[in-house]
Amino acid sequence: MSAAYEVVIGLEVHVELKTATKLFCGCANAFGQEPNTETCPVCLGMPGVLPVLNGEAVSLAARAALALHCEIHSYSKFDRKQYFYPDLPKAYQISQYDQPLAENGYVEIGFGEGKRKIGIERIHLEEDAGKLNHIGNRLGDATGSLVDLNRAGVPLIEIVSRPQMHSPEEARQYLTELKTILSYLDISDLRMEEGSMRCDANISLKPSDYTGSLFDLPRVEIKNVNSFRNVQRGIEYEIGRQKERLAQGLAIVRETRGFDDASGTTYSQRSKEEANDYRYFPEPDLPPLVLSEEWLAKQQHMMPELPDSLRAGLLQRGVAERDVQVLVQDPDLYRYWQQAVAEFSDVRQVTNWILSDYSRLMNAHSLSFAAPTVTAKALASLLRLIESGTLSGKMAKEVLEAMFESGETPQAVVKRLGLIQITDQDAIRDIVSSVVMANPAVVKDFLGGKDKALAFLVGQVMKQTKGQAKPDLVNDLLREVIATYA
Amino acid sequence: MAIIDWDAYDTAQKVQSGEVSALECVDAALERIASWDSVIGAFLHVDAEGAREKARIMDSTMTREAKAALPLAGVPVAIKDNMVTTDMPTTAASQILKGFRSPYNATVVERLVRAGAILVGKTNLDEFAMGSSTEHSAYKVTRNPWDTERVPGGSSGGSAAAVAARMVPFALGSDTGGSIRLPASYCGVLGIKPTYGRVSRYGLIAYASSLDQIGPLTRSVRDAAKILHIIAGKDPRDATSIDASSVSSEVGPVQIQNVRIGLPEEYFGDGMDSRVRDKIDNVLEQLRSMGARLVPISLPHTRYAIATYYLIAPAEASSNLSRYDGVRYGQRVVGQDLVSMYESTRAKGFGHEVKHRILLGTHALSAGYYDAYYLKAQKVRTLIRQDFENAFKQVDLIVTPTVPDLPFKLGEREQDPLQMYLTDIFTVTTNLAGIPGLSQPIGLADGLPVGLQWMGPPLAEDLILSAAGRLESALTLPQWPMLGGLDR
Amino acid sequence: MSLTNKEVQHVARLARLAILPPEIAEATGTLGRVLDYINLLNELDTEHVLPTTHVVPLLTTWREDRVEPSLPPQVAVQNGPEVLSQMFVVPKILDGGAG
Repeated sequence: MSAAYEVVIGLEVHVELKTATKLFCGCANAFGQEPNTETCPVCLGMPGVLPVLNGEAVSLAARAALALHCEIHSYSKFDRKQYFYPDLPKAYQISQYDQPLAENGYVEIGFGEGKRKIGIERIHLEEDAGKLNHIGNRLGDATGSLVDLNRAGVPLIEIVSRPQMHSPEEARQYLTELKTILSYLDISDLRMEEGSMRCDANISLKPSDYTGSLFDLPRVEIKNVNSFRNVQRGIEYEIGRQKERLAQGLAIVRETRGFDDASGTTYSQRSKEEANDYRYFPEPDLPPLVLSEEWLAKQQHMMPELPDSLRAGLLQRGVAERDVQVLVQDPDLYRYWQQAVAEFSDVRQVTNWILSDYSRLMNAHSLSFAAPTVTAKALASLLRLIESGTLSGKMAKEVLEAMFESGETPQAVVKRLGLIQITDQDAIRDIVSSVVMANPAVVKDFLGGKDKALAFLVGQVMKQTKGQAKPDLVNDLLREVIATYA
Repeated sequence: MAIIDWDAYDTAQKVQSGEVSALECVDAALERIASWDSVIGAFLHVDAEGAREKARIMDSTMTREAKAALPLAGVPVAIKDNMVTTDMPTTAASQILKGFRSPYNATVVERLVRAGAILVGKTNLDEFAMGSSTEHSAYKVTRNPWDTERVPGGSSGGSAAAVAARMVPFALGSDTGGSIRLPASYCGVLGIKPTYGRVSRYGLIAYASSLDQIGPLTRSVRDAAKILHIIAGKDPRDATSIDASSVSSEVGPVQIQNVRIGLPEEYFGDGMDSRVRDKIDNVLEQLRSMGARLVPISLPHTRYAIATYYLIAPAEASSNLSRYDGVRYGQRVVGQDLVSMYESTRAKGFGHEVKHRILLGTHALSAGYYDAYYLKAQKVRTLIRQDFENAFKQVDLIVTPTVPDLPFKLGEREQDPLQMYLTDIFTVTTNLAGIPGLSQPIGLADGLPVGLQWMGPPLAEDLILSAAGRLESALTLPQWPMLGGLDR
Repeated sequence: MSLTNKEVQHVARLARLAILPPEIAEATGTLGRVLDYINLLNELDTEHVLPTTHVVPLLTTWREDRVEPSLPPQVAVQNGPEVLSQMFVVPKILDGGAG
C-alpha cells in the first residue's frame, strides 16, 4: 500500500557574527589566519579560565531577532551543552538552552498571493567550535586530525525555524530570504563557503493520517551543508530515500546524515541511538543576560530599512516585481541602484542596464557590487549619452565593456575609440549607394521578397561605418536607394 | 622571635622599615621548607631560586618608599596548586596535569605579586580540591604538623600545614565545601572563605564553579584582613566577581556587646566529639563574659546540606573536568582512535575519588535524572540560603564549631567516602548560601587544634574579622607546633 | 540500590572514562550508597521553590568588543602532547559526529 506523505522540513541556521572579538574573550574574530594565532587561555579552554560576554555580540543578535520579528526576552541565560570533540576545547559549548535570547518570529517567503510566513521558533547566542584538518583526504580514511582553535569562541546565533516548510524549494526560499534580511543588518559575512553561515536541515515525512506530534516523527538531520543549492539537493535526495524505505516497509531511523556534493546523496553519520546526552545545565560562570527597555530601544533605533519595506518602495517607483526581487536580494546591488537612480532618474533604463548588461559583466568576472568597477555615477553619464543620441544602445554596450575593463569615464572611451554615432544622412547615403551597387544579386533577392536580404545589406553598411551609423537611419536609406535604383 | 614566627603583617613592616631584607625573609621560609617539608609534605613545588632572585631584585632596586608602598613587601607566600602560575608548574595534584605550565597567572597571584609578596611554592591538595584530608593527591600525602600521623584536613591541606609549620606566614587556599576552613581548623590556623564573588576565580582551576572561592590561610586575624583586602575586588575577567566596597585592610574595633551571635541548634547536636564540644563551650562562655549576646537559632535545612552539596559539586565538577582530554595540554595516553585516547587518558590521569565524583556528577545531569537530582539540589540550595537569610534577621553573626571532630588519622576514612563527606557538614552550608565563613583557632584538645567557625551575611567579612579579632586578643593560644620537638 | 552497573557504564561512557568491570562494580556500590544518602532530599517538597543558580545576585556584565592580544602561537600550543604545524594532533576519529 502506498501511503501519502506530507514533507515536513525545519531548518537550523548558524550565523557567525561580525564582531571584532570572540564571544567570551578578547581574541580577534578573524577568518583565514595561521593556525592557533587567534587564541588565548580562555578560548583554548585552559585550566582556570572564565568567560566574559561580548556586549556587541548581544547587540548584533538582538538586531537579527528584531529583523525576524522575534520577541526578545529581557531575561535569558547561558547553559553548557556538553560533548567531547577535539574542536570543542572545554568539552562543553556555552549556549542558551531553555531560556534563549529571542523566540516566536517569522520569515515571509513568496510574492503577492503566494506569500507565506515560516515561523521562527527561537534565536540563541552561542560560541563556535574550532576547526579540524584531517590528515588524509576525508574523515573516513584520515589517520588523524589537526586542531586549529582560531574559530573556537567566535560568536554565533542559531536561528531555528519551525517545521513549516513542505518542499525543497520552500527551504531554499526561506534561506534566501533569511540571508537577504540578515545581509541588510550587516551583522555577518554570511559566506557559506567560509562557514560564516551554515545550515542543518531536519526532514520527516508525515503520513496523511498522522495526528500525533511532529516531534515524535522519525527525523533525519542533514548537517552542515555548504550551499543553498546543496541544501535543496540534500533535502530532495532525503525525501526520495525516505519514501523508498517506507515503500519497502522499512522504518526511518532517527539519525544525522552528511551530504556528499559529488553524488548528491546523503550518508549516515551517526545514529541518534548513540545519542548525545548533552547534559545541559545553567552556566555558573556567567550571570543571566538581563536586557533593559532602554537598551532594546537603542537596538531598535539602530535598525536599517529592511527588505520588505525596500521592495514596497521599489514597486511604488515602478520597478517590475521580478526586478525588485533581484535588486533587493543583494544590498550592495541595491545601494548601487539607488546611487545610479539618484544620478539618472529614468528608473526603467537604470534598472535594465544594471540588471542586464552590467550584472552580466560583473557575474562573468565574479565581482561584487560592494566594489563596482563602473561607478554608479559613470553608469549614469553613459545613460545620458544614449539619451542625447550620441551613442546607440549597441555602442553603449561596447562603451560599458571598455569602461569595465579600463575604469575610464564613458566620455573618455567614446573619445579614445572615436565612437560618435554618424547621423549625417549624406555621408551614410553615399555608403548605402556603394553597397547597393556592389551587391546586385542581394538587392534582387530583396526585391523578390526576401526580407532577410535587407539585413545583410544593413550589416554591410554598418561594417563600413564601423558600426557608428544609426541603424534605423541605414534601414530607411537602403529602402530609399533601392527604390530609386530599381 | 625568629623571622618564621612573624605573621605577614610584621614581616612586611620589617621589610619596609629595612630591619630585614626581603631575601632574609625568603631564605628563612626556604630553610624552614628545606628542613621540614620532607616530613610534612606541604609543597608540590618549591621555586627556591626564583624566589631568591625576586627578593634580591626587590632589595637591590627598590627604595624604602617604594617598599613602603607595597603592603606585602618581601612576604613569602605559598599558593595552593590549583591556582595557575606562569613561573611554576600547576598540577591541581593530578597526574593529568603533570608537566603543565600555565601561560597566564591567576588574578589573585597577580594581585599578591603586585603587593610585593614573593611566591615560594605551590602547595599540596586533594586532587582537583576534591577531598577533606589531602590524602587524595596524586603526588604525596600531607601530614598535620601537630601530629604527623594525622591528616591536615583538606583540600587546602598543603597551604594550612605550610602556615602552621611556619614555612610561610600565609598561603592561599580555595574553599568549595570547607576546603579552607576545615584544614585551618585541623592545623590550628586561621582561614576565611569570603562571600561568593568577593575574590576573582580567574585562574582558579574550577572544581564547582558556583561554590568555589579563594581565601587566605593565616596565623593572625589582622593578616586575614590584610590579605583579603588585597585579593578581593571586581575582576573584569570574572563575570561572577562582585563590585562591592572592599574588605578593610585593618581589623576594625567592635563593641562585642552590640553583636548578636546566633548559635544554630543543628550544629550543636549529637555526633560532636566531646573534646571539641568542651573547647567550643569554653569559648562561648568567654564570648558571653565579654558581653556578647548569644542567641539560640535554627537553620532547619542543615541536615540536607551534604546531600545537596554532593549533587551540585560533582555535577559542576563533571563538566569542569571535561576539558582534561589529552588534546591541548597535560598527559595523554595514546589510543587507537580518538575515543579510546580520551577514555584511557582520563581513566589514567584522574584519581579514584575524582573519577567517582565525575561519574556521580555526570549521572546527576544525565537525561532522565536532571530534575530528580541536579534541579532538586538547586531548589534545596534555595531553602538553605533562605535559612540563613531568616537567621540574619535575628542575629548579626553565627558561630559554630568548624568541624565536629579532631584531625583523624591518615587512612582512617579512606574506606568510607560517605563518612569523609560528612566531615564537611558544618562548612558546606556557607558555600551553598554564598556567605562568608571564617575558621579561627581556639586552642588544643588532646594536643590537637580546634577551630571555631564564624559565619555572617553576604559581604560581612569586616564584621566577622572584627569579632574574630576581638576573640583572638582574649584567647591564650598555644605555641606553634614543634614538629616533633626537633626543630628548636 | 539507587544505581545499576549498566547506568555506571553508561555514565562512564558519557564522561569518557575507561572503566573495567571490577571498577564498575565498586563504583556502583559506593556511588549507590551516596545516592541512597542523597535520597534524603526527597523528604522535602520543593515544587514551589525556585532553583538557585547564582548564589549572589549578579548583574549582567559584558565587555567591550575590543581586541586584546592573543598568545603567541608557539605558547598557545606549548603544552600540547602532540603538535604538528602549530596544531594539536588527535588520533583518527571513528565516530563521525560531535554536536
